[in-house]
Amino acid sequence: METLRKFERVCEIVDQNGRNEARLIPILQAIQVEYRYLPEEILTFVATSLGISPARVFGVATFYSLFTLKPKGKHVIRICNGTACHVKQSMDLYDIICTRLNLVAGQDTDPDMLFTVETVNCLGACGLAPAMVINEEVYGQLTPERALALIDDIIRKETGNEPDHYGA
Amino acid sequence: MDDSHVVIIDNKEILIEQEQNLLELVRKAQIDLPTFCYHSELSVYGACRLCMVDVEGMGLVPACSTPPLAGMKVHTNTEETRKMRRIIVELLLANHSQNCPTCQKSTTCQLQTLARRLGITTIRFKNQNRDVPLDCSSPSLVRDQNKCVLCGDCVRICSEVQSVGAIDFAYRGMHTVVTPSFGKDLDKVECVNCGQCARVCPTGALTPKSEVDEVWKALHDPDKTVIAEVAPAVRVAIGEMFGLEPGVTTTGQIVAALKAIGFDKVFDTSFTADLTVLEESTEFIGRIEKNEHIPQFTSCCPAWVKFVEQYYPEFVSHLSSCKSPQQMFGALAKDILTGSLKVKREDMVVVSIMPCTAKKFEAKRDEFTHDGTPDVDHVLTTQELGRMIEEAGLHFKELSPESFHLPFGFKTGAGVIFGNSGGVSEAVLRYVTERLTGERRENYEYKSVRGESGIRETLLNVKGKEFSLAVVSGLGNARTLLEKIKSGESRYDLVEVMACPGGCIGGAGQPISRDPAVKQKRTKGIFENDRMLELHKSQQNPYVIELYKDTLGEIGGHKAHELLHTGYKNRKRMVDGGMTLSGFNGESALEVNVCFGTSCFLRGSQKLFHDILGHIRMNNLDDMVTVSASFCYEKCDKGPTIRIGDTVIEGCTIEAAVEAIERQTGPFKREVTHHA
Repeated sequence: METLRKFERVCEIVDQNGRNEARLIPILQAIQVEYRYLPEEILTFVATSLGISPARVFGVATFYSLFTLKPKGKHVIRICNGTACHVKQSMDLYDIICTRLNLVAGQDTDPDMLFTVETVNCLGACGLAPAMVINEEVYGQLTPERALALIDDIIRKETGNEPDHYGA
Repeated sequence: MDDSHVVIIDNKEILIEQEQNLLELVRKAQIDLPTFCYHSELSVYGACRLCMVDVEGMGLVPACSTPPLAGMKVHTNTEETRKMRRIIVELLLANHSQNCPTCQKSTTCQLQTLARRLGITTIRFKNQNRDVPLDCSSPSLVRDQNKCVLCGDCVRICSEVQSVGAIDFAYRGMHTVVTPSFGKDLDKVECVNCGQCARVCPTGALTPKSEVDEVWKALHDPDKTVIAEVAPAVRVAIGEMFGLEPGVTTTGQIVAALKAIGFDKVFDTSFTADLTVLEESTEFIGRIEKNEHIPQFTSCCPAWVKFVEQYYPEFVSHLSSCKSPQQMFGALAKDILTGSLKVKREDMVVVSIMPCTAKKFEAKRDEFTHDGTPDVDHVLTTQELGRMIEEAGLHFKELSPESFHLPFGFKTGAGVIFGNSGGVSEAVLRYVTERLTGERRENYEYKSVRGESGIRETLLNVKGKEFSLAVVSGLGNARTLLEKIKSGESRYDLVEVMACPGGCIGGAGQPISRDPAVKQKRTKGIFENDRMLELHKSQQNPYVIELYKDTLGEIGGHKAHELLHTGYKNRKRMVDGGMTLSGFNGESALEVNVCFGTSCFLRGSQKLFHDILGHIRMNNLDDMVTVSASFCYEKCDKGPTIRIGDTVIEGCTIEAAVEAIERQTGPFKREVTHHA
C-alpha cells in the first residue's frame, strides 16, 4: 500500500498547488520528496492534471540538476567539484567513496538502493573545501579518512554489518 | 517625414508604423538581417543572436526583442556585428552534421545559405557532432538531432500555434535537445503529424518522411499498375521549386511530368473532393433534420481528426463520417478502377501527391487498409514530387500541359477550392443552398467564408433558416473554438477545421519558401483555378453524376457508405502502460484500474479513486484488491472509466464501483473463510 499512499500524496500536492501550471517546480520538488525521484508515469499524471504537455514537464524536470528521473539511493552523497574543492583533491574523496561502495564506473547508485554518489559543481562552501553533502548535512575540510568514517557509520547503521564487504 | 517616428538604420530614415521590434523595421529597410528563431507568427525568443545590431548609446542589442524608438541610430553591419554573426554560424556548424549534399534540406537550408552568404569557408572549431540516431518512427516526419540548431521554432509552433506541445526542450547547456516527452519516439506521443515543425525548421532537423524510393520501385515493377491522384493545393505550389512564382497554376505540367515519370493513370483528388461535398452535405442536411451531432465538423484533415480523437473525445461523433478526398480516391481506385482496368487489387499501387505530411499517417490508418493492402499505398508531398521530377531530369516549366485521365480526372471548381481554408465550407454551401431551395443560383462565390483570419464566422440564411458556420485553421484556433462550443458561448451548425494555418496550401509538404506572402499567393492561385474552370458546383460534375448512377446508387446510400464513409474513435495520447499503485499480486486478487487520462481526470476520477481506496480500507479488502491507475481507456467521452476485474464501467460512480467490487470479491471472501 506504500505506492498507493504515495500516489494519494501526489494528488494532494497537485491540489494544494491549485492545479496551477505556474507551480510546476514546487509540485515537482514535493513529489521528489515523496519518491526520491520523479517517475515517468507520475510526470505524465502531473502534466495531465495541470493541463500542460508531458514534453514541457519533462523539459523542466531535466533542466534542473536537483531533479532526477532515475530512482536514487536512500542516502544521497554529493561531492563538490567546484574549483576550490577540486584543487583540494575532492575527486580523490569521490574515488574512495565509490570504491568503498563497490560502484563501478558509470554507476552512481548501488544495487541495494542505499547510496547514490554524485558530484556537484559548487556547493557554495568553498571556505570549507573539500566539502560534501550527505542528504541535507554539509561536511567540510574533509580528509579521505573522515569521509570514509561517515560512510561507514551509515553502512553499519543500515546493514548491521561491518562496512568492509559492502556490496561485494 | 515626421521625426518623432523615425529610426535611422544604416544612414537611412525609416518610419515606424506597426512594427513591434527593430528587426521588422530593419527588414522594412530592405536589409535581410539573418535569424533562425524569429517568426512573425510565433513569440519572440531571442535565442539565435544572429540579429544583433549596434544601436548608438545602447551598444549591441538583439533586434528581434528590442522595440523601435524614435531617434534610434542603428548600424547593422559594424565590424563587431559581422564578426559575431560569423562566429555564431561557425559554432553552429561545429556541432552540426556536415553531410550537406545528402541532406533533404540541401539548397533550402538556412544554415547552409547563411554560411555561404557570410563567406564562411573554414570552421575553426573542432567538430563536436554526437552522431545521434535518427528518429524515423513517425510515418510523417523524420527527426535528425544532429542538424538541430536549437532555435526552438518547432517547439513554439507546436505549442503556440497548434496547442499540441508534442516536442520541447529538455536537459541543459551543451546537452540541450528538442525531444518528445521522456525522449520517446515521435510516434509514441501526441504528435498529430501536421508537420508545421518541419515547415518552420531552418535546417534538416525535422523533415517530411520521404517515400520517393518506394514509389520509384513500384514504377519500375512491370507487374504493378501505378495510379496517381493529385491534391488541389499541389498545383499552385510545385512551380516554386522550378523558379515560378507562388500561386502559378501548373496542373498540366504536373500531369505531363507524372505521365513521363511512368504513372499509368493520373487522376485528380478534386474529383473525390466533389464527391466529398455531396456526401458531407447530405450528411449535414440529415443531421440538421434530426438535430443530432450538431455542429458537424469536417474530417478532411487527418491532423485535425487525430487532434479530436486525442483531446476532444466528446466531439468525435461530431466529425463527418466522410473519408477525406484522398481516402475516397483510394477506396474508389481499389474497388472500381481495379475492375475497369482489369488489375488485381494487390497489383494496383495508388500514389497520392499531397501538400501534407499528415496524409502519410492517414493512409496508414487501420481503417483504410483492406485485405492486407492499404487503399492508398504511398503519399508523396509536393516537395517529394518536385524531387522526382528533378531526378527524372524533366524541364518542368517547359513541359507541354497534358490532361488528367477520365473519369476521375474531371472536377469542378468546388473540388479545387478544398486546398484553401474555407474551401470545403464554400463548396458545401454551393451544394446545400441549391438543394434546400431547389433553385439554381447564378452566383457561386461565397466571399463571407473567405479570408485570412484563423477563425471566421458567418451566418447564412437559406429559405428562412439561419445557419451558423465557422471556418478555422490552425489547431490552437480550433481548441479555442471547441472550448467556446463546450462552454455554450458559441453555437454553430457546421465547422470546417484545417490544421495548417491557411489550410492545405500552407501544408508542411509544400515547397519551402521564405516569401512571407506565399500563402496569400497560393490562395489566389486556387481561386483563379476555380474561376477558370467550366463548372463550379460539385453537383454539376457529370462524371460524379455518372458514378452515382452506375455504381454508387444514391448519395449517402448503402454502397456510398461502404466506400466513402468511415468512423473515428478516441485515442490515447501516450502509447504506454499505466502504473500499479497497490500491490497484492496473489492470483485471486481483484484488479481495479482507474483511468487518469485527462478526460476522466476532469470528470472526477481522482475523487472516485480516493473513495474506492476508502472503501477498500474500511472493509479490509486490501489483500484482495489491487488498485492501479492507467492513462487512458480510450473511452474518454464516457468517463470516468474504471475497470473492475473484467468489467469496464463508464461514467462510474462510487456506488457502481462498490457494487462491482462487492460482487466480484464475494467468491474470494468465501474462499478465505473456507481456508480459515
